[in-house]
Amino acid sequence: MNLFHYADVFFSNNANWSGADGIPTRLTEHVQYSLMALAIAAVIALPLGLVTGHTGRGGNALALVATAGRALPSFGLLVLLTVLMGLGLTPVMIPLVALAVPPILVTTYEAVRSVDRALVDAARGMGMEPLRVLFQVELPVALPLILSGVRSAAVQIVSTATIAAYVSFGGLGRYIVDGLYQVDYNKVVGGAVLVAGLALVTLGLFWVAGRVFVSAGVRRQQR
Amino acid sequence: MGGFFDIPSDLQASWWGLIGLHLQEALIPVLFGLLIALPLAQLGARFRWLYPPMLGVTTVLYALPSLAFIVLLINWTGLSTTTVEIPLTIYSLVVLIPAIVDGVRSVPEETHAAATAMGFGPFRRYLQVELPIAVPAIFAGLRVATVSSISLVSVGALIGNEGGLGNLLSDALHYHRPILSWNSVITTAVLAILIDGLLVLLRRLLTPWAVR
Amino acid sequence: MCSGQENGGPLIFCVLEGLCTALILIDAVTKRYPDGTTAVDRLTLEIPDGSITVLVGPSGCGKTTTLRMINRMIDPTEGRITLDGADIREQPVNALRRSMGYVIQHAGLFPHRTIAENIATVPRLLGWDRRQARARALELMDRVGLDKALAKRYPYQLSGGQQQRVGVARALAADPPVMLMDEPFSAVDPIVRKGLQEELIRIQEELGKTIVFVTHDIDEAIKIGDMVAVLREGGKLAQYAPPAELLSSPADGFVEDFLGLDRGIRRLSFFTAAGLELNTVPMIAVDSTAEQMAARTIPQTPYLLVTDTEGRPLGWAVAKERIAGSDALIAFGHSFTAGRDSLRAALDSAVLSPTGWAVAVDENGRAVGVAAQEAIAAAIRTAHLEQSAGSDAIPGASDNPDDAAVDA
Repeated sequence: MNLFHYADVFFSNNANWSGADGIPTRLTEHVQYSLMALAIAAVIALPLGLVTGHTGRGGNALALVATAGRALPSFGLLVLLTVLMGLGLTPVMIPLVALAVPPILVTTYEAVRSVDRALVDAARGMGMEPLRVLFQVELPVALPLILSGVRSAAVQIVSTATIAAYVSFGGLGRYIVDGLYQVDYNKVVGGAVLVAGLALVTLGLFWVAGRVFVSAGVRRQQR
Repeated sequence: MGGFFDIPSDLQASWWGLIGLHLQEALIPVLFGLLIALPLAQLGARFRWLYPPMLGVTTVLYALPSLAFIVLLINWTGLSTTTVEIPLTIYSLVVLIPAIVDGVRSVPEETHAAATAMGFGPFRRYLQVELPIAVPAIFAGLRVATVSSISLVSVGALIGNEGGLGNLLSDALHYHRPILSWNSVITTAVLAILIDGLLVLLRRLLTPWAVR
Repeated sequence: MCSGQENGGPLIFCVLEGLCTALILIDAVTKRYPDGTTAVDRLTLEIPDGSITVLVGPSGCGKTTTLRMINRMIDPTEGRITLDGADIREQPVNALRRSMGYVIQHAGLFPHRTIAENIATVPRLLGWDRRQARARALELMDRVGLDKALAKRYPYQLSGGQQQRVGVARALAADPPVMLMDEPFSAVDPIVRKGLQEELIRIQEELGKTIVFVTHDIDEAIKIGDMVAVLREGGKLAQYAPPAELLSSPADGFVEDFLGLDRGIRRLSFFTAAGLELNTVPMIAVDSTAEQMAARTIPQTPYLLVTDTEGRPLGWAVAKERIAGSDALIAFGHSFTAGRDSLRAALDSAVLSPTGWAVAVDENGRAVGVAAQEAIAAAIRTAHLEQSAGSDAIPGASDNPDDAAVDA
């Protein structure tokens, strides 16, 4: 009945460390799905958020898109798309992307909007073109918040990618779903620990990214 | 047979019944989350050193996949709605605590000082000044928590019929009736948007002073 | 004559003499917003080359709008603005802005860039290489009185006053002929503000920039402005004149109110105390003998100013008591510097002195004479007479500023 015991049993089993259902394979799959979904979501949401934030227009439309995105049930969408399209990567990707777009979109918009207007005024007054204002002033100053939005999206993707296993896909969700049906709690706990660990690693990576990409002047100002 | 609203009998509920079940499973956790988050957030806002570790713990809990969370809880709470509601309560907490802390911190220093100077005690000041001013921020968090909660309930279908409208999904696969998954997704999404709209309305009623 | 026609018609400049080389000309400019409010109403102003022109007025008078139209942050609804005779719309907007330094309230420093990088912004935009831009930034930090050790700091590590200095340095970086300053010092405390104002006057004297300065503080306007434009609500020009003239002859009740009650006293700042007759008799060194003290006691006052052996004032003494052997001294308040300070400083010194006599010192702090309130009053009368006789008592007033602007 002890979680540590379940985890210990799972991780000490050598059979779990190799093969098609081994931890390395499942972990790689999970990272692949997650990265792909995050990349697609970022490509959609970052430019949209930056542009709407910069111009200040479209905030209401954006809020609607975000609410709609959040309202879509990931699990339901996955099942629906699988029923419609059959097994494949697309039915797995769409719910994950739909999950990740709202936080990235909304925080990017808010982050750019919340940049002190005096800075933008000063930048324009010194003769910076709109794109320079966006990339040399608004983006660097808004970066900590934008990163927090992407981070939140990434963690949600990593955690939610487990449901792909429900439609016979790989990833760490396999252990949880299989464990559930086989009533093998070692597997469930092992899978959960791996997913949570991956999510923590994700948080760590974003922390490092913040140290590397955010100017010390902005970072120190925030705390 | 096969229509949008023809719910298979094994679910033992009408469409409206499923909606009721879904809302119950989604909203009770948010309510509990709010009740727990308010005092915790107040502690976090008051003692600044406490807030980062508090955020750390909630973030780690948030990183736990809902599916695994639910499956693990079966050990303790069995195949029941409670098993679905506990993880949802915790997810709500994760969203609500930062929202409330930000809200309380957004109370201008001078407003805080003015209230103290007029003789508000800490408790009265919290109830009559800080909390009302934090309402817009709290509602922003409440909206996200509620919508996510409504969306997440469906996962409960995996442990038997504990996922409200999500239960339609397993039946859709079981009986090969795609229409049921349409029903599940659309109803859930519309439900989430409606509740979100209600929250917006409620916020406007509560904060007529807020700049729109 | 440098004059425009009434009602904002086209301007005819400098027909008679080459006197006015107005660098910036605001010609019958109006700014109306879609909601119908008029921010600036047919404003015509000649902003002279190489001097500080202050736009001052209550909030809503359109002073900031006017400033922002000069670098095209806002485009006028009607009228035009020329820079050295050319319409500012003729050149690309960003080239125009890079040729004008821009300083705003709270400085608007980029928090993600170091102080040196902030100052180097415009040079970098103009394509200077990194090393050159950095060298320029360091040079400017020196010029605005910032320690070069701050070059690698970030804005949040600086005080408000220091940030504002960085703002000024940043605006000066590409050596623009024009500086636009929008309430740059209004967010810093009065002591720091005074320092920044003096620094600005010094920089202007050294570099000869054309500075357009917006403020709501009339004292600031009078202190730093060579010309002051008082605007009233609705963006109308109330008066455009050198500060001394503004104080002596406000155009109307609005300007008079805006100037406040003590404009007569403040106006004295513009009269030098050089012509003030100083009495050198009632002054004794601390080691004087009773005979020397008696010889220097005059009928007009029972007091003697006691100085140290170097001649620096120590305090007043009652002559009789001092001769009788008392060491008691009465504080002399504060002194004024003969030849440099204004009559206002002299009068202030006299009013604050317990004996009613002002103490004049030289640049080294040695007493050079004392002046009674009556003598100062006489000097004030003479100064007023001289001014109304049209002499050049007021610096920069020679081109008859009455004609310089037309109230729209």
